[in-house]
Amino acid sequence: MVNFGFAPLEIKIHDLDKSNLQLSSWIAERDETFTQCIACGCCTATCTAGKFTKFSFRELCHSIRRGEIAKAIAESEKCMLCGKCTLVCPRNVNTRNIVKLIRKANQKFKV
Amino acid sequence: MGKDVAIIGGGVAGLEAANQLATLGYNVTVFERNAQPGGHAAKWDRLFPNQRHSHEVIDSLKSHLNGNPAIMLSTAISTISRNGQKFKLDAKGRAFEADAILIATGFELFPAERKEEYGYGIYENVITSAELEEMFAKNGKPTMKSGETPKKIAFIHCVGSRDEKVNKPYCSKVCCVTAVKQAIEVKDSIPNAEVFNLYMDLRMFGPGYEDLYKEAQQKGVTFIRGRLSEASELDEGRLLIKTEDTLSSCPLKMSVDMVVLMVGMSPAIGTSELIAGLGLHPNKDGFVDIADQHLYPTNTTAEGVFVAGACVGPNNITDSVNAARSAAIEIHQYLSKK
Ligand SMILES: Cc1cc2nc3c(=O)[nH]c(=O)nc-3n(C[C@H](O)[C@H](O)[C@H](O)COP(=O)(O)OP(=O)(O)OC[C@H]3O[C@@H](n4cnc5c(N)ncnc54)[C@H](O)[C@@H]3O)c2cc1C
Ligand code: SF4
Ligand code: SF4
Ligand code: SF4
Repeated sequence: MVNFGFAPLEIKIHDLDKSNLQLSSWIAERDETFTQCIACGCCTATCTAGKFTKFSFRELCHSIRRGEIAKAIAESEKCMLCGKCTLVCPRNVNTRNIVKLIRKANQKFKV
Repeated sequence: MGKDVAIIGGGVAGLEAANQLATLGYNVTVFERNAQPGGHAAKWDRLFPNQRHSHEVIDSLKSHLNGNPAIMLSTAISTISRNGQKFKLDAKGRAFEADAILIATGFELFPAERKEEYGYGIYENVITSAELEEMFAKNGKPTMKSGETPKKIAFIHCVGSRDEKVNKPYCSKVCCVTAVKQAIEVKDSIPNAEVFNLYMDLRMFGPGYEDLYKEAQQKGVTFIRGRLSEASELDEGRLLIKTEDTLSSCPLKMSVDMVVLMVGMSPAIGTSELIAGLGLHPNKDGFVDIADQHLYPTNTTAEGVFVAGACVGPNNITDSVNAARSAAIEIHQYLSKK
């Protein structure tokens, strides 16, 4: 193929028809609090890991809901399970348990 | 006492005020332009926040219509004017008199076809929230034009509200909770249905409303923060919808079987003309202006003219009932001094 020195930009767009929501429902079945997030961002603001790396628990949950399983599993490694986010979450999302479930899913969903 | 009160509009607000004023001893007549009393709420199936059947509320309000208060159905009041100490009302050539007036003309549903990019009136499976209520009342669940049961449904918030493009800058207040209520009802009536709510803010202002939101989340309703940009038709009546998933700063698209437009509450047609004869003007959003936002929410600046219900702005049934009772007291105080 001729190399023109540039390639079309890969535009990211969520196509919900093609999204793989298996992980999302797998977690929701095991921990109902996963469904109750209101995307307030308190967890991200207080996060210990987020002080050192670019990490957001809110984004992590959101990416699962949009079917980005590989990204979510990789991101979940950054959490130190300190539990600060659990203390601040206004919707009582069981954040640490959700991180643990995502890590467990690593084996189950094989990505 | 023998004084006459004329109430324009036989919705929740008008009916409740009529009951209160008749109990206080006034001769009350409700003028209703429709053939049936009850206004908009008579068309709803089940009410937020507790799924109570709307007809229970309407039947209770109607049960007091036993001569006093009297109701004149299919009677639209077109003009009201002051005539000495009294008011003169005109309904297509028929004239009536009263000592005090209550404006309770309610609201109009935003005409969804004005948001052309959403495809209402063009695509057969784009419906309004009011039409979904009718479907629930008739079949207990939504149905596509083809007769099939939809498996994927999207609720579009803020249609004809918070939108300068259609000159509706205000929030219609009840459509968020209505959308969440209807999303739950779809989930309950169609097993495995996928339900999406496209919202900008979720304004769950009343008691029990936030609980409905939590219930919807728990039942698997997907909330997407973003306003619908456009809907287009795919094969077999299915629809493609596009928005931005603003929580991930990423455009989003999906196909659905049905789109439900949460139409806003617009000022009732004819009310501005009606109050003009009394020297009153609508506020900047087109609703009837009240005398004082905090202390006199059911008074107008015209002596002897009172207001209650959605004609002063978007509200729920509780607001309408409260305003109706407040207006009844104000009217009683006014007529007692006369
Ligand atoms: C889709 C939807 C669902 C809703 N669901 C709920 C719910 O579940 N729970 C809840 O609490 N609230 C709900 N609401 C809000 C509720 O419908 C309103 O609060 C209520 O209907 C307002 O009552 P009203 O009497 O002020 O006005 P309306 O119901 O609009 O009644 C006004 C009446 O006045 C008549 N009228 C107007 N002009 C004239 C005239 N010139 N002469 C004679 N008659 C006239 C009209 O024909 C009408 O019957 C919902 C609203 C919408 C849009
Ligand atoms: S538990 Fe994980 S996500 Fe929560 S604050 Fe600690 S490091 Fe951050
Ligand atoms: S604090 Fe709780 S509700 Fe807020 S974004 Fe985090 S998980 Fe969601
Ligand atoms: S109540 Fe919700 S849907 Fe209705 S106009 Fe306000 S924000 Fe939009």
